[in-house]
Amino acid sequence: MLLASIFDKQIWFLLPLLVTVSLVYGATRHELMQPILHHAYRSGVWMVSFMLTVFLILWALAWLVG
Amino acid sequence: MSEPNRPPEGELQVELRNPVLAALLAWLWPGAGHIYQGRHGKGALFMVCIMSTFLFGLWLGEGRTVYASNRTIARKLVYACQLGVGLPAMPALVQAGRDPRDPLWGGIMAPPIEEGGIDELSELNRTYGARYDMGVLYTMVAGLLNVLAIFDAYGGPLVPAPEEQKKRKPRDDTPGEPAASDGPPRSDETAANEAENRPDSSPTERS
Repeated sequence: MLLASIFDKQIWFLLPLLVTVSLVYGATRHELMQPILHHAYRSGVWMVSFMLTVFLILWALAWLVG
Repeated sequence: MSEPNRPPEGELQVELRNPVLAALLAWLWPGAGHIYQGRHGKGALFMVCIMSTFLFGLWLGEGRTVYASNRTIARKLVYACQLGVGLPAMPALVQAGRDPRDPLWGGIMAPPIEEGGIDELSELNRTYGARYDMGVLYTMVAGLLNVLAIFDAYGGPLVPAPEEQKKRKPRDDTPGEPAASDGPPRSDETAANEAENRPDSSPTERS
């Protein structure tokens, strides 16, 4: 239910932000395009992993409390 | 002034033509500072990423997510973040100086009317729902990302410190960045130095 409501609405706003933030951050660390893209990919994976971890913790806590 | 032109030896010395002017241009229009310096690829990347984020955020609230208001500190801070994109956010300053009941350009970037029992901001939130908040978020993020781009135009890329490179595992290394155990720390900027010797190298890759 929680997952359905999240994926149905605001979660999709995350994707463009994730792409642009990763690319701009990568571009501030490198000068050439290939390392920029590589850095952006790693930043994106790291951010998604971090948010997924926080989400799973909160989901588990909600499940335990509820 | 000369410091940004002189990164440590062994790293790419990106040609940062007139860093102060480049930073100013980068603020006025995302990517313009880099293009002025001849760093066209990064300039285009910054311009596309930051401007698309800003315009998408503006579109989400149909032009009402960016406005200049003196009513609360929170609103000043929001606009301060949005103003990071420079000229694209400045119509809000023009609108703020006018009568809110007689805005220009169809009300784009006009501050919401909050007097005489009218609360237009609440009406905007009711009309657009979460889209309005997302629009404000997008435009703020665009402005803050451009601050990073301004620093990049002024001082060049933030190359990881040698200690950080040594701590990296070999699998984390990017192309052109071999493991520290392979020799002295290298970065993509070192690869750029090598690219300089290739006949097809661009001026931005000069050392």
